[in-house]
Amino acid sequence: MHPMISINGLTKTYAEGFEALKNVSLEIRRGEIFALLGPNGAGKTTLINAVCGIVTPTSGEVLVDGHDISREYRLTRQMIGLVPQELPSESFETVWNTCRFSRGLFGKPPSPDHLEKVLKSLSLWDKKNTISMQLSGGMKRRVLIAKALSHEPEVLFLDEPTAGVDVELRQDMWNVVEELREKGVTVILTTHYIEEAEKLADRVGVINHGEIILVEDKKKLMRELGKKQLVLSLQAPLDAIPSQLAAYQLELSEDRNELTYTYDTMRESTGITALLNELRAADIHFSDLFTSQSSLEDIFVDLVRKKA
Amino acid sequence: MNIQAVKAIYRYEMARMFRTVVQSIIAPVLSTSLYFVIFGSAIGSRITEIDGVSYGSFIVPGLIMLSIMTESISNSSFAIYFPKFTGTIFELLSAPVSFVEVILGYVGAAATKSVIIGVIILATASFFVDIEIAHPFVMVWFLLLTCVSFCLFGFILGIWATGWEKLTIVPVLIIMPLTFLGGTFYSISMLPPVWQTISLFNPVVYLISGFRWSFYENADVSVGLSLGTTLGFLIICLFIVRWIFKTGYRLRS
Repeated sequence: MHPMISINGLTKTYAEGFEALKNVSLEIRRGEIFALLGPNGAGKTTLINAVCGIVTPTSGEVLVDGHDISREYRLTRQMIGLVPQELPSESFETVWNTCRFSRGLFGKPPSPDHLEKVLKSLSLWDKKNTISMQLSGGMKRRVLIAKALSHEPEVLFLDEPTAGVDVELRQDMWNVVEELREKGVTVILTTHYIEEAEKLADRVGVINHGEIILVEDKKKLMRELGKKQLVLSLQAPLDAIPSQLAAYQLELSEDRNELTYTYDTMRESTGITALLNELRAADIHFSDLFTSQSSLEDIFVDLVRKKA
Repeated sequence: MNIQAVKAIYRYEMARMFRTVVQSIIAPVLSTSLYFVIFGSAIGSRITEIDGVSYGSFIVPGLIMLSIMTESISNSSFAIYFPKFTGTIFELLSAPVSFVEVILGYVGAAATKSVIIGVIILATASFFVDIEIAHPFVMVWFLLLTCVSFCLFGFILGIWATGWEKLTIVPVLIIMPLTFLGGTFYSISMLPPVWQTISLFNPVVYLISGFRWSFYENADVSVGLSLGTTLGFLIICLFIVRWIFKTGYRLRS
């Protein structure tokens, strides 16, 4: 089965000469949630807009479900829903009318039942006759999602969907995304909240300076690139790390009360047992210990810094 | 063709007109009615007949043209400029529509509004002056052609405009003077010969002349030429819109 979206050698150079996308190639699998991460100005929105037809690529090819977005734009665009980063709204239109408009625009006949279902799933049903300008920012964001879902897309682009929304609403949106995944909708998500990607994504792509620098299964990425650390709280401050422990590359905290050991869970032996034995042999006692694992955010920051 | 999209855009735009009925319909009808009162009744009674038609009746076709030209430009330019201004244009650009559906939806709705305004003004004028329509079918043709052509022109203007000032500059500084100097209130045969010649370079002269001919069979230029000029303008506008959508001029980056 071919991928849901296939991007090959996509470049975009704006009129002023800025190269927003540099030979980007990427495949999005059918039914997955793909998180596209990157710092501001990395090219995330340009990439999304190029696939959706808002930006004209300078070169390269984009296929949606095997169909070329230029030659078969009617077919491909019908399959795509887009929730933009900004909050543009038809200020004087009711939520119902604006969603009905979106459905028609994408070639679908009226379906009050479907719109009702979408609005209810986004807790917008009681606002259906409210005009957009009377809605809060969070509600407007929901309306944009409702509009994008009104024509039953197979692919949904969510460009920073939870930017500026409160915790409760963010949780609601995550639930909506989970429901979409269950229905088989392919979701491409850009976000600044790495926690969001960590929670939702199946795979993660990192883009920086217009180049895709990494595409990986989220769990694998966190396993391979994520560091795990053992932190030991010492019973007495330590002046220096004994030389017989040098192989463990321990770090002593500034207040000399904590020892940190970084290890790799992928290795056959983590070295923890040996370390604890050696500590006892060196007469170093600890009162507490805990372990921590790098978050996706730590990994992302590391990656972007390394490639910068 | 994406018929659902055409219906959606058309219905959406018509709903906007009914939501702003005072601005969309009542205002242009009121201002045109004032022209009838001032020029038709108050001043017109002191002006002799023009080509056998009372002055009040003579200005009716010109005033309808004046109104529908300005309203067509205003309606369609606003219809496309507003989504650009608010950012909602992204939806149109990412939708499975070609320029044909966009034109049918936006220009169709704007032209419908203009026709409604034209008909209301015609009905209103009949309360003030005697009106005869010698060639009703030709009148309807000219009305439709003018509405569609100027709506297309307004649509181009709305895409071209990068600010509210630009949106109003063309109607106010170009269209309005051309309309007033295009024979709305007079026959160009009343002008000195040199000004008659200069007037022939004003495309609005052909529109008003042809439209007036359909009422009173009086024309400053031949009806065929009027019809040809209007059709030519329509075709040029269509090509420009097609080019805009093909290249993404001021729409797609």
